[in-house]
Amino acid sequence: MTKICSLSEAITTYVHDGDSVFCAGFTHLIPFAAGHEIIRQGKRNLTLARATPDLIYDQMIAAGCARKLIFSYIGNPGVGALRIVRQELESGRLEWEEYSHFGMISRLQAGAAGLPFMPMNQTAAPDLEKNNPNIRRVKDPYSEQELITVPALNPDVGIIHVQRADKNGNAQVWGILGEQKEVAFASSKVIITAEEIVDEDIIRSDPNRTLIPGLIVNAVCHVPHCAHPSYTQGYYDRDNVFYLNWDKISEERTSINTWLDEWVYGVAGAEEYWQKLGAETHARLSVKPRFAAPVNYGDY
Amino acid sequence: MTDLAYSSSELMCINAAHLLRDGDVVFVGVGLPNLACNLARRTHAPNLQLIYEAGVIGARPSRLPLSIGDPTLVSGASSVCGMFDIFSQYLQRGNVDVGFLGGAQIDKFGNINATIVGSDYQHPKVRLPGSGGSQEIAGWANRCYIITPHQKRRFPEKVDFITSAGFLGGRAQRAATGARGGGTLMVVTNLGLLEPDENGELILTALHPGCTLEQVQENTGWDIQVAESVRVTDKPLASELTLLREELDPGGIYLKGS
Repeated sequence: MTKICSLSEAITTYVHDGDSVFCAGFTHLIPFAAGHEIIRQGKRNLTLARATPDLIYDQMIAAGCARKLIFSYIGNPGVGALRIVRQELESGRLEWEEYSHFGMISRLQAGAAGLPFMPMNQTAAPDLEKNNPNIRRVKDPYSEQELITVPALNPDVGIIHVQRADKNGNAQVWGILGEQKEVAFASSKVIITAEEIVDEDIIRSDPNRTLIPGLIVNAVCHVPHCAHPSYTQGYYDRDNVFYLNWDKISEERTSINTWLDEWVYGVAGAEEYWQKLGAETHARLSVKPRFAAPVNYGDY
Repeated sequence: MTDLAYSSSELMCINAAHLLRDGDVVFVGVGLPNLACNLARRTHAPNLQLIYEAGVIGARPSRLPLSIGDPTLVSGASSVCGMFDIFSQYLQRGNVDVGFLGGAQIDKFGNINATIVGSDYQHPKVRLPGSGGSQEIAGWANRCYIITPHQKRRFPEKVDFITSAGFLGGRAQRAATGARGGGTLMVVTNLGLLEPDENGELILTALHPGCTLEQVQENTGWDIQVAESVRVTDKPLASELTLLREELDPGGIYLKGS
């Protein structure tokens, strides 16, 4: 059965006010177009979880979508501070829960594996544990040694951008894999956005590359360039210039609102957004192909 | 001819590169650590294995990565895995020799604060980025090195928040936690090198050419002790400066200034 629908339809159907949402992707494949659609649809009181909130959550929080943030590093990667998130945390307007990267990813791993928590070895750093009551300890029943634990994270909705998927939601990814797979398995509802929708035969020709199986996917949306200003390996480069520009844009509420009006509320969706970026940006972000050597699965 | 005058960033980068041994497996961050690792790989440590927290193993970046997940890290790498795997199978399992760290504050025992300025976590004076991967790198890499400019506000006697562990209040305290890594073994600043003594307290062990003990004392937030013999580090070589300026950071993104 086909799971293909428009991104707008997927967000309307699966993202509800008050939900916990995880827009996956570690620097790579961040589903900005889905974040923008959530903003356009005026979703409220979301709990947003990501290791690095990145600009996507800075924008969603600026637009008033979130009540709470779960994170492990709040910076504008390669640039500096994430201004909106930082202001909202410092002012106390936004609730938060904080982990290390491994703590965050271990929460997802537990959620994805159907376990209640995940143990981790001690790192000797005491203060996050002191300040986050979700970080606890358990005694190893074999050695009696104390381990650190974090509880499973099971978001209501996981949104994952991929290079290609078929209509059933079988999704293939290459390049940096981040926490894509764990988010998909941990979430109750899964929305896949894909650069390309391909025939099932293409997926079946290279099954090892399928990171997310269609059987856990609820919606598949064809959204080329969904990840801009982050990137999709082999399709377009990261827009480092925009990451720098955001540092300026996000200095003032007025410039943020102007930007949201022009680039989110003022466009119908990802296609119009991409066209609006213009030929110069498209050329700047284009990448030369570099193909992997084909592998022989054998004809059995 | 390469101008032999160097910036403090170049000086720190080159000194950090000298800490790497051929064959080391290094958990690399963007910025100066990335440049230091690539400089070492192009000079005395051709078999250095670069691992990035985004899940890239054996990276050979052909351009300067501007983020920790830059696509150039993937092109030509030996392996790519998910983040759970990189932190568990590589770092937690003990497969990482060296971790590079930075932070807003570093204290007398090499503890790092990257979380808050102020004493109240719920109501910080300044909210910093947080741990990212540094808590685990500091806990589990065999050797940890910190690169940071030498400024009083960055070197308080005690950090406001221990995001990543050095020796806590002394070597015995860290050992009691069972954390597998060796802790902070060196702090590279623009003035010199600090190393832990037998109790884990950072002491001055080397000065860069032209730098003085007084400068170090003025810019450290505690009464810093000095090793019995303080050596002077090697001057950056023309070949190192050329490699950094012409190939590794031609735009001067991380090396320009101060």
